[in-house]
Amino acid sequence: MSRVFMKGCEAIAEAAVRAGCRFFAGYPITPQNEIPEYFSRRMPEVGGVFVQGESEVASISMVYGAGCAGTRAMTSSSSCGIALKSEGISYCAGARIPMVYCNVARGGPGVGSIQPAQMDYLQATKASGNGGFQMLVFAPSTVQEAVDLTYAAFDYADRDRNPVLILADGVIGTMMESVELPPMRSDEEIAAIKDSKKKWTALGHRLGEHVDIEPGFWSTLDQQKWNEEAAALYLSWEKDLQWEEYCVEDAELVIASYGISARIAKSAVNLLRREGLKVGLIRPITVNPFPYKAFDRIDYSKCKAVLDVEMSIPAQFVKDVSVAVKDRCPIETCLCSGGNIMSRDDILAACKKILEA
Amino acid sequence: METNLCVAGFGGQGVMTLGKFLAEAACDDSSKNVTFFPSYGAEQRGGTANCYVVISDEEIGAPISTTMDDLIVMNEPSLAKFLPRLKKGGRLFINSSIVKTEVSREDITVVKAPVTDMAFALGSGKVLNVLMLGVYVGYTAVLDEGLVWNLVEHKLGKKVALLETNRAAFEQGLKLGKEARA
Repeated sequence: MSRVFMKGCEAIAEAAVRAGCRFFAGYPITPQNEIPEYFSRRMPEVGGVFVQGESEVASISMVYGAGCAGTRAMTSSSSCGIALKSEGISYCAGARIPMVYCNVARGGPGVGSIQPAQMDYLQATKASGNGGFQMLVFAPSTVQEAVDLTYAAFDYADRDRNPVLILADGVIGTMMESVELPPMRSDEEIAAIKDSKKKWTALGHRLGEHVDIEPGFWSTLDQQKWNEEAAALYLSWEKDLQWEEYCVEDAELVIASYGISARIAKSAVNLLRREGLKVGLIRPITVNPFPYKAFDRIDYSKCKAVLDVEMSIPAQFVKDVSVAVKDRCPIETCLCSGGNIMSRDDILAACKKILEA
Repeated sequence: METNLCVAGFGGQGVMTLGKFLAEAACDDSSKNVTFFPSYGAEQRGGTANCYVVISDEEIGAPISTTMDDLIVMNEPSLAKFLPRLKKGGRLFINSSIVKTEVSREDITVVKAPVTDMAFALGSGKVLNVLMLGVYVGYTAVLDEGLVWNLVEHKLGKKVALLETNRAAFEQGLKLGKEARA
């Protein structure tokens, strides 16, 4: 397969098209505008539909509708735009409608800053809407990984009949990098996927054969039963955990980081290793569920500390890291926010400070 | 080996295109990894536009760094903004048609190229970025010059009118870069 040079947002959109996504609705916001822009010209080429909705709420609701009809559907936004979509996201989770969405995160809270940040971690992983639902949440650290995870996300969404979130950030979204694109799903494959969902989709049923798509119940017992079934689904995701472990075995200091920060941290680990310093990295790729067990691989008799590296002040990812480390060693932080991008020099300095203490 | 470059200038001088040409050419060289990161802020007309290109034989960590190995500045404000971030021993490429301030640092190499004047002499002020691309590739040999020109030619495919001017610009830039190196 040949390499192409693509911008993160465009590569995410192309991966979705190749996975069989044939409906996209969105509303402009920096730094993810290239996703809807790309879909607007690409969808007509593949017989798909692109809609620029009148708002974020309208767009997610259109995706909810397309998902109900069995079409692979997607939306995207950035931080404050994602917050607006939370009603529709919760409805999709409540009605068990598969769909994929991407958050190209920027600074917050509120309108925040238009530059890259990782300020939406807790929202993305714990509560992307009301009602305690959960989703598989993937955090890519390269454009290639964003492509691969987006492509896979549609299969996970259909398998589970549940939304899937790609948690990217403004660096992944706006940078250009070499990527290898996955194969294009054929029209026959896409039709077969749609057909496989016929049992529950609101599409072409005879009178009396109706399907119910409900984001809620009148009966409290029915609602509880729904919650119990959903809880069982969420527990089944243990098998889907993904993380990267790098130079952890003999590490005297382990960096915990995700997304763009983790990639920058990994290059810091390489530089420190060249100086003979025993530093490692754990990078969760699924951030929900969180790969807590990855942190059991650390040799705590050697490890002086775990360093949490993230573009969020106050730190958020550190809360999961802390659950994983279980007080087996101290946790330090290296943080930035506001649209400032994590500096490798700051990570190097933070590591040396701990190791030399 | 990793080369970390920042290209900065006025909006409209083609600094993003310069960076993108270089990065895409690096992508065509299958032995290299490359990232291109544009800096979009709430920039104003006449303000600075800049981008970062990292070319490496290894996996790339940070697509944007606090410090840089190489810096191309196309205007005065960019020099003031980015010069402190150029590494000791770094290489500075200056559009000397516009940037008149003397460079205060002695721990770096400075390559001066009057690319705005050269571009007008070639008949189009627009080709200053391709001139500077030539200077950079000629001086650093970071990529094969043929590979870079092939990419530029491919990208300019639809703009036939300026193709010959661009070719002359790239060649003049290369020559200036190589001579500065010698």
